[in-house]
Amino acid sequence: MADTPKIEIRGLKKRFGSKVVLDGLDLDVGDGESVVIIGGSGTGKSVLLKCILGLLDPEAGSIKVDGQEVIGLSTREREQVNRKFGMLFQSAALFDSLSVWENVAFGLVSAQGKSKKEAKPIALDKLAQVGLPPQVGELQPSELSGGMRKRVGLARAIATQPEIIFFDEPTTGLDPIMSDVINDLIVDCVHRLGASALSITHDMASARKIAHRIAMLYQGKIIWQGPVGDIDKSGNAHVDQFIHGRADGPIRMQIPV
Amino acid sequence: MNPLATVGRFFLAFLQQIGELTIFAGRAVSHCVRPPFYFRHIGRQMLDIGYYSLPVVGLTALFTGMVLALQSYTGFARFSAEGAVATVVVLSVTRELGPVIAGLMVAGRIGASIASELGTMRVTEQIDALYTLSTNPMKYLVAPRIIAGVLTLPLLVIVADIIGVFGGYVVGVYKLEFNAAVYLKQTFDFLEFMDVFSGLVKAAVFGFIITLMGCYHGYRSDGGAQGVGRATTNAVVSASILILVFNYAITELFFATR
Repeated sequence: MADTPKIEIRGLKKRFGSKVVLDGLDLDVGDGESVVIIGGSGTGKSVLLKCILGLLDPEAGSIKVDGQEVIGLSTREREQVNRKFGMLFQSAALFDSLSVWENVAFGLVSAQGKSKKEAKPIALDKLAQVGLPPQVGELQPSELSGGMRKRVGLARAIATQPEIIFFDEPTTGLDPIMSDVINDLIVDCVHRLGASALSITHDMASARKIAHRIAMLYQGKIIWQGPVGDIDKSGNAHVDQFIHGRADGPIRMQIPV
Repeated sequence: MNPLATVGRFFLAFLQQIGELTIFAGRAVSHCVRPPFYFRHIGRQMLDIGYYSLPVVGLTALFTGMVLALQSYTGFARFSAEGAVATVVVLSVTRELGPVIAGLMVAGRIGASIASELGTMRVTEQIDALYTLSTNPMKYLVAPRIIAGVLTLPLLVIVADIIGVFGGYVVGVYKLEFNAAVYLKQTFDFLEFMDVFSGLVKAAVFGFIITLMGCYHGYRSDGGAQGVGRATTNAVVSASILILVFNYAITELFFATR
């Protein structure tokens, strides 16, 4: 692992009204490392991703990408930083108005300035990498199943050869077999690109498969982190309760009001 | 509960909305005048706002011109001023009814469409996805719609003016039995450039208002399907009210001292 982490987060704080979501969070993601953040619903996993991507402004703390502070960047500077990123959204977030291959080629055209003619073969190649035939490229997103949408979302995320890829609940809404297929694709794509990956999930099977390191987010902080092989002997009651999916334990489900 | 506190909260929320809308409008305008320009998107939006609105705007303009001729004839007949019907029709249509009718129709059709499209994109994270693909959503989604609205509404109003005046002509000549040549002469004799120009300025402003309100409410939509529905309603209602407010303001600007 290189000395400078790809992503370095220190003391990150974010609140919505009186609700504190991130409370001084610290986390590093190394070069070529795949980190998975686990945690219950509403613990701020998505908020953390949105802060890194610049979709939300944190109240305090620092986020560095390749050693560069990214909080407070201008729009143009932020666009430059975001060119290092790829993102697979929970709902895939495919653009309804574009065909599948245009979705995959979007970043190549908009961020890298390629013509559509140049971008199309690359998009079809990325679709092939996620197991989709070229004919799928001509379909509209509304014609795809949930698993196919995730694959297309993954193809779009890797199309621009990003240095860092974010996965937001990559297996949510998929059956166990399709979840495993997506997990394999994620591992394969990240490995092939040599990219760093930061994923959030509460699917432990997915976390075990795609992570080098797992971190658990609870009450706005990382309360435990370690190699994926250590998760079963973490010695942390919160982690044990979460990974075994027990209702009894130190974690009390909060009902938002 | 203290009623004054309630009023105060309402007033502060109103001021906050005004502030947020002003900032959004400022950002939108700045993206409208700075490259890159998405010409294909602008063209597609112009087609949607202009060409596909022609039937609804044309029909409403036609019947507005017709009823205007009929009403002004029955009113003016009371003091033997029936001869002013053609002039009243053309001035009313070009100065007021053409732009306002077209504006309100487009607000219903396009304002709602923009708000629901952007609202759906917001709640399905498509706007966030644009951002992560190094594409500024304001430039990609908002600016083309506003540019198209400002450019297209005046063209639509020219068509509405012509159809509205034609509606008045049809009623005037075929029902009220005016001489066709005299009706046309009275139509054009008193028509000035400023009558048409003021209507076109109104149309451009209304185009800005409609697309801005559609984008603003859609862009800030939240809360799933219900939020998108709320954004759509707010876009149409606020655009309609602002059209009537700005219609008065522009009329005052052009004609108050004339």
